[in-house]
Amino acid sequence: MPQQESAPFPLLAIRDISVAFGGIRALDGISFDLERGRILGLIGPNGAGKTTLFNCLSRLYTPTSGDILFEGKSILKRAASRMAEIGIGRTFQNLASFSRLSVRDNIRVGAHCRARTDMLSDGLRLPRMRRAEERINGIVDELIAYLELSSVADLPMAGLPFGTLKRAEMARALAVGPKLLLLDEPAGGLNHDEIGELGRLIRRMRDDRAVTVLLVEHHMNLVMGVSDKVVVLNFGRKICEGDPAGVQSDVEVIRAYLGDGKS
Amino acid sequence: MSVREESSAITAAGKPVSRFGARNWAGIVVVLVLAALPLFLANFTIFQLTMMLIYAIAILGLNLLTGINGQFSLGHGAFYAIGAYTAAILMEDAGLAYGWTLPAAGIVCFLSGFLFGLPALRLEGIYLALATFGLAVAMPQFLKLSVIEPWTGGVQGIVITKPDAPFGLPLSQDQWLYYFTLVVGLLLYWFAVNLVSSRSGRALMAIRDNPLAARAMGVNNALYKSLAFGVSAAFTGIAGALGAIVVQFVAPDSFTFFLSVALFVGLVVGGVGWLPGALVGGAFVVFVPNVAEHFNKALAGAVYGVILILLIYLMPTGAGGLVRKVADFIGRRMKSRPDR
Ligand SMILES: Nc1ncnc2c1ncn2[C@@H]1O[C@H](COP(=O)(O)OP(=O)(O)OP(=O)(O)O)[C@@H](O)[C@H]1O
Ligand SMILES: [Mg+2]
Repeated sequence: MPQQESAPFPLLAIRDISVAFGGIRALDGISFDLERGRILGLIGPNGAGKTTLFNCLSRLYTPTSGDILFEGKSILKRAASRMAEIGIGRTFQNLASFSRLSVRDNIRVGAHCRARTDMLSDGLRLPRMRRAEERINGIVDELIAYLELSSVADLPMAGLPFGTLKRAEMARALAVGPKLLLLDEPAGGLNHDEIGELGRLIRRMRDDRAVTVLLVEHHMNLVMGVSDKVVVLNFGRKICEGDPAGVQSDVEVIRAYLGDGKS
Repeated sequence: MSVREESSAITAAGKPVSRFGARNWAGIVVVLVLAALPLFLANFTIFQLTMMLIYAIAILGLNLLTGINGQFSLGHGAFYAIGAYTAAILMEDAGLAYGWTLPAAGIVCFLSGFLFGLPALRLEGIYLALATFGLAVAMPQFLKLSVIEPWTGGVQGIVITKPDAPFGLPLSQDQWLYYFTLVVGLLLYWFAVNLVSSRSGRALMAIRDNPLAARAMGVNNALYKSLAFGVSAAFTGIAGALGAIVVQFVAPDSFTFFLSVALFVGLVVGGVGWLPGALVGGAFVVFVPNVAEHFNKALAGAVYGVILILLIYLMPTGAGGLVRKVADFIGRRMKSRPDR
């Protein structure tokens, strides 16, 4: 496992964060750590607060209290658009494609933070623009090959099959060059074979791209199969944390899921 | 050069690679026809064609904002006016050569657009359209203000001397201004196409398609949206400066909100998001009111309205959508041939 035992602090440390929407406490004093090179599964019934937590991590929501440390530093002062550059990439629960752009251009937008240009040099094709395009295209070509998207690369996203879109959005998130990858229900809408494939892909990304993964998923076989650690949320509270086997036998977890009518 | 680049702009609208060649040829033909036209036409018609190119530039600017970045403006006439006045004042008061007024108008309008875009960041869709509409309505009044009358000439406006063709070129003034405008237009088109197919342009389109995801990918939405306003206003302002030079006159009532509406109509008729559509839009703005008037002077407005309604029914996505459909149709016919 590509893990740096020597690192003094975890890659991600969530410290007692709470989020409220009106009367609803979507998150209520959540804390956990995520070590480098690990895959953490975040589960919980519908409405438990999983996506809300992701939105805090990508700075779309600001917690009312608590702190989020990435590589030991608080991210709560950063703008949402500056999370990519420190190495936090994500996918969305429901697709969030740039639907009129091609698959390739979607991934290129993912690599936005990997180069710098300005509108004047872009419009005039100055060397700065060419250098940026070269760098971005290098990143994008590699990802298109990695995720086997070459046959659809130049087609617009709108109209592609669901599974392909999910893979394209995965490539877009990887183009950010993330140290931490947030996957919000990547298996949603995929068929049995595609889910098996996804599980292997998640491990592969961790192993050969040194990506740490925070995985939100309802598909239990997938989560239990790939995660090193599992955190369970229910009604905004953490009710359990541990290795997959331990979590599966936890009484409170079983009750939360049965109470919700899910298995 | 600009012709080849055209294809990448359309990749943005989602076109497969196979028709690059056909599109190049279409672009070359259009440019050649545009270059040849003034050799055969009367000066007044050349003047009209020059205005067509000028409106096309203004619409190209609007298209960068609306088609590429997804922000509405019903007030681009205001930036056109600022560009026109910048040129007029610099030529008549500061004695600047007309060529230099274009970059000046571009810079002034970029700043105006950028500054207007900052507060407009809070507004979306129809609310933004309303705010820009307010700008367009206020502009003629503003230009009449007595405080700035020493520069703007108040209600009287400013008269500009028409430039001659330089280097003893055997061209009439109208022909020369036509070619001057054509070259400026091609350069700006080249710039727009480059922009759209670059990192900045993709950021603009990403914001249009999904602002939340764009932010998560590291795009600074606020900055890019303001910049889009600035660049768009700069294009339209340069068009305004050209308009002032060609018409030889600026006055507040040349820039009422009807101008903004005309630009918006030109944008929609040409095809939102399709850059070459600006030319179609420019032609519509200049020639359709004439056609309507020719048809029936008393009912010109009604005829114009009917033409507009028919066009929008027949090509609901503008000329761009029509071209795409035809190209797709031809593309399918070619594909179904067994030897491919
Ligand atoms: N922007 C918002 N405004 C108001 N309430 C919200 C908002 N976002 C989330 N909530 C509420 O917060 C709670 C947690 O929602 P969240 O989307 O985080 O759940 P989840 O665990 O991701 O659920 P699912 O498994 O269905 O995706 C829910 O009660 C939801 O209605
Ligand atoms: Mg969710």
